[in-house]
Amino acid sequence: MLGYFIQRCLQAILVMLVMSVIVFVGVYAIGNPMEVLIPPDAPQDVRNFIIARFGLDRPLWEQYLTFLGNVFVGDFGYSFVYNMPVLDLILSRLPSTLELALTAVLGAALIGVPLGVYAGYRPNAVSSHTIMSLSILGFSVPTFWVGLILILTFAVSLGWLPAGGRGETVTLWGVEWSFLTANGWSHLFLPAINLALFKMAMMIRLARAGTQEAMLTDTVKFARAAGLSEATIVLRHVLKLISIPIITVFGLELGSTLAFAVVTETIFSWPGLGKLIIDSITNLDRPVMVAYLILVALLFMTINLVIDLIYAALDPRLSRGGA
Amino acid sequence: MSEPLLQVAGLSTQFHTQAGVVKAVSDVSFSLERGQILGLVGESGSGKSVTGFSLLGLVDPPGRIAEGSIRFDGQELVGMPQPDLRALRGKRIAMVFQDPMMTLNPVLSVGTQMTLAVRAHDKVSKQMARDRAVEALTRVGIPDAGHRLDAYPHQFSGGMRQRVAIAIAMIHSPDIIIADEPTTALDVSIQAQILHEMRELAKDSGTALIWISHDLATVSSLAERLLVMYAGTIVEEGPTARVLRNPRHPYTRGLLDSLPATAPPGQNLQQIPGSMPSLLALPPGCAFAPRCSFASEVCNGDVPYLVTGPSAFRCHHPIGEAK
Ligand SMILES: Nc1ncnc2c1ncn2[C@@H]1O[C@H](COP(=O)(O)OP(=O)(O)OP(=O)(O)O)[C@@H](O)[C@H]1O
Ligand SMILES: [Mg+2]
Repeated sequence: MLGYFIQRCLQAILVMLVMSVIVFVGVYAIGNPMEVLIPPDAPQDVRNFIIARFGLDRPLWEQYLTFLGNVFVGDFGYSFVYNMPVLDLILSRLPSTLELALTAVLGAALIGVPLGVYAGYRPNAVSSHTIMSLSILGFSVPTFWVGLILILTFAVSLGWLPAGGRGETVTLWGVEWSFLTANGWSHLFLPAINLALFKMAMMIRLARAGTQEAMLTDTVKFARAAGLSEATIVLRHVLKLISIPIITVFGLELGSTLAFAVVTETIFSWPGLGKLIIDSITNLDRPVMVAYLILVALLFMTINLVIDLIYAALDPRLSRGGA
Repeated sequence: MSEPLLQVAGLSTQFHTQAGVVKAVSDVSFSLERGQILGLVGESGSGKSVTGFSLLGLVDPPGRIAEGSIRFDGQELVGMPQPDLRALRGKRIAMVFQDPMMTLNPVLSVGTQMTLAVRAHDKVSKQMARDRAVEALTRVGIPDAGHRLDAYPHQFSGGMRQRVAIAIAMIHSPDIIIADEPTTALDVSIQAQILHEMRELAKDSGTALIWISHDLATVSSLAERLLVMYAGTIVEEGPTARVLRNPRHPYTRGLLDSLPATAPPGQNLQQIPGSMPSLLALPPGCAFAPRCSFASEVCNGDVPYLVTGPSAFRCHHPIGEAK
């Protein structure tokens, strides 16, 4: 297990290195950030001063090595635009995205899995067909459109919920959180639903397919032959049998929502990471982009590692045989 | 004597599929006394498993019992509501399946699966259920049962896994165990052991066994009475020794001739020509007639089930001699 862990970490470092080179070169190729940042009428000496201050007068490889050296001591550089350390900037935005993503993915799983299990348990019931039709809808309707409809309905027409922002927050562990206040929840609700619909559709499909397959196995037949109640069979046998794909998708969805909730965050003006990265792309704020993408890589790697550990806990065949 | 423990009369089980009605079991009648061992033999697809599942009320949809009666200890099982059937399953009539790797849940510990089986019928504490699990495992010859309780199925050998399944089936000391080819997936020496052990266990606890197999040799070493099944019907029935020595139905004769033990060394085994007819389109009259060298015009009409003393057969042209 330890060897496996080290191997995974080395892999992660390698991916992040490659990633940083690609992003670095890529952003350099897109354009010169100084064109965006320095007013065109600024005198030449001011211009030179600023360029030198950000180290942009050096050759690209030297800039990269300097950046890399700093990263190893935990310094991701300064944002061109916000003029603050990139790490602080990202960390200040992370909690709002974290609570949004967790709410959406957890909600999707807590609602989607039971619905999917039910639809798989009674594949021919009318209610199951309704559930499956809803899941097709969840798959096929674009997120931005659903977001706009949600705002139109609940914020504009009905006036029940706010259209955007985070609402009141409470400080916990030195970080601001919305989910601790009622007002924060009212702000969190619509964007979370918006994000959750697609994931819920996916959870429904996954849980249904797994349940349908599991119900046909000899394991379930044997449990029935032993006189177990249908509830016990579903809750104890089937749920455990179908948990691995569900956990996998849960992890991947959590990762991708944390990293790429851009559309929803933009529509609901949710001050999260998605908005930050869109802004920094517009402004060619290279340090933010590079650091952000490296952190995203790190995030995915961590999630994958955690998923692997959960696998081992869920399926004893994986923990002892392999690794 | 009073009523037998189990009395099956005119049982027909059919699957209503898109291709038509699959007559998996047609007009099956037999009875079983307390503590008796009954062998049910027939080639693959002859309806042995479906007969077993019919007794438990566990026929998979789209199948259902179309006709007949199953009287068990004074109760009629055909048409009995599922909750009442569930209360009997595992408690009074249990079943063991062919492949122990498929029947035990790979992601639940053996102890968990056994305690679930105990608590399906007896509302005892977890600890009490575990004690009974240890006792049951010890009874089927699993050494160090207390420690093995937390192990998972893949940590047991094939024979040990089947012992676990048998222990689960015996945990409530049922009146009947339906053993559906429980040794087919095991190697020969383990087969013999399990066979022997199950006979002893059944004798000790007074449990009746219905031993299903396609292998006449295995069953005949165990069963007091034999039922020979072909294309969903019982073609011959009688005390094991009589059926082996003096088969009356040409199909039984064919089965005996294809046994390796009965053929002279070095000679090809005799085979029954042709194959079983489709259960979707059974010929009128005797289903074996197209493969039978004794068949004549009368075989296309109804074939009565001739009962004489402890024996019975369904044939217009019986072979061997009547006693
Ligand atoms: N769910 C089902 N749907 C349709 N037909 C079925 C179903 N289950 C069983 N059958 C049919 O019932 C017939 C008898 O099957 P059964 O499993 O009882 O045979 P068997 O004698 O146990 O054979 P084997 O030795 O291979 O286990 C088969 O021809 C099969 O096609
Ligand atoms: Mg079978």
